Amino acid sequence: MRKSTNQRAWWLVTPVLLLVAFNAFIPLMTVVNYSLQETFGDNVFFWEGLTWFEKVLRSERFHDSMLRQLLFTGMVIVIEVPLGIAVALSMPRKGPWVSVCLVLMALPLLIPWNVVGAMWNIFALPDIGLLGYSLNSMGFDYDFTQQPVSAWMTTVLMDVWHWTSLVVLLCYAGLCAIPDAYYQAARIDGASSWAVFRYIQLPKLKRVLTIAILLRFMDSFMIYTEPFVLTGGGPGNTTTFLSIDLVKIALGQFDLGPAAAMSLIYFLVVLLICWVFYTVMMRNEEQ
Amino acid sequence: MNKKWILPTLYILFLMLPIYGLLSMSFKTTNEILGGFSFFPQQFTLANYAKIFTDPTWYNGYINSLIYVVLNTFISVAVALPAAYAFSRYRFLGDKHLFFWLLTNRMAPPAVFALPFFQLYSAVELFDTHLAVALAHCLFNIPLAVWILEGFMSGVPKELDETAYLDGYSFWRFFVRIFIPTIAAGIGVTMFFCFMYSWVELLLAKTLTSVSAKPIAAIMTRTASTSGYELGLLAAAGSLTLIPGAIVIYFVRNHIAKGFALGRV
Repeated sequence: MRKSTNQRAWWLVTPVLLLVAFNAFIPLMTVVNYSLQETFGDNVFFWEGLTWFEKVLRSERFHDSMLRQLLFTGMVIVIEVPLGIAVALSMPRKGPWVSVCLVLMALPLLIPWNVVGAMWNIFALPDIGLLGYSLNSMGFDYDFTQQPVSAWMTTVLMDVWHWTSLVVLLCYAGLCAIPDAYYQAARIDGASSWAVFRYIQLPKLKRVLTIAILLRFMDSFMIYTEPFVLTGGGPGNTTTFLSIDLVKIALGQFDLGPAAAMSLIYFLVVLLICWVFYTVMMRNEEQ
Repeated sequence: MNKKWILPTLYILFLMLPIYGLLSMSFKTTNEILGGFSFFPQQFTLANYAKIFTDPTWYNGYINSLIYVVLNTFISVAVALPAAYAFSRYRFLGDKHLFFWLLTNRMAPPAVFALPFFQLYSAVELFDTHLAVALAHCLFNIPLAVWILEGFMSGVPKELDETAYLDGYSFWRFFVRIFIPTIAAGIGVTMFFCFMYSWVELLLAKTLTSVSAKPIAAIMTRTASTSGYELGLLAAAGSLTLIPGAIVIYFVRNHIAKGFALGRV
């Protein structure tokens, strides 16, 4: 859209600016404060400079949880995006089943995150849960509270269960926006269904897929409640992702300095990746 | 014959299985749950639900959650509407940077902010009020609301504004009387998203409350850890949290797909 330059538009933005600044700027400065100082309570602070940052960046514990986080986010995106596209492609486009599909599929998105964790905990309990009991009676040795591999499988499966619908709904919206004329042209040319997907549907889905991947990246990178309720970060540390580790350090051990430094590094990593995504997305939109 | 229905059906089945597990467990007695696995409840009981509806600490949790969620939805949409209009219609100094800065707040992990939020809201004496949680959730809901609304508003041709101004409408009269009704669907979708993200969030809601505004989700986690293994009660409380979400989805089912694409399809 052709936009006109109008500096008075700032007045319209001011309320948002004030509210978000109150919520974002003050807490962020608190974190920065903690990250540069040492405190023994009573509001007495000692300047520490970049010591905490060095300590965190060198600590094996941080490397491990960062690695687990990247692996988890990668796995989740690699499974959810293709699955989401496939489901969206095979959903009906009109008729009474559309509403049924949409409502049922959106349901997991509106369940409080700790309930998702509790639900999967109940579902996967080896002796009394539906999933755990079925797997064990089929002869698999499965116990997510003891075995790291089972715990990982369950956590990833839970996230697939929870968030694939987001990808489905986005892709479905993208597919519905393709004009019928495109398909008619393809039919006249005798295009195979693979060709229709590759040359018509996939290019049209590019924009919604960018949004889907961006949202999935942001949310899975800050995941806390679901794995915390499901596995508590265990067995051992095997499912301790970044946020869980951070809360353990900050509220569990009350090591505010290292926790604040870790927060900032964590935030910067998310910011950097999202900035790349955002730039790519905006360039696409301008074309 | 078209075999396309198989994949969505299997997918929905996969989605429904854990929910069924939760529902069926909420109708079982504790003894039956711990006695072993059964697909259907053997001794059907409503005792778990009865406990929740008669014990004030339980049902107040639902009321608390709903109060701050609704409060947050209204605050977010009310301040996001003019801002989104500004972003969709005008170019102004620093507009692109401001927009990205707003989005960065959507990206901030709540775990990073939990402790500073606690200190901030204690300092302004809002700790343990519904308003505190509602304002804290603005951190991620306002950027999202601005983003979605901006998408919807960009779909409305600018001629609408220009004609109205030529007809002598003032900005606010045009905005309230003409523009808001035009993008009513977009506002509905935005409210849905704000409701959704505020309803499912737990970490901040738990950190900012202790007694009088404690959300249902926090009451559940405490029950799970303190009173041992009352799985039936936990399952019943969980099942009840599905209801508000299901009602909200039903209302926006025709617009939901577009809203997920942030109005940009």
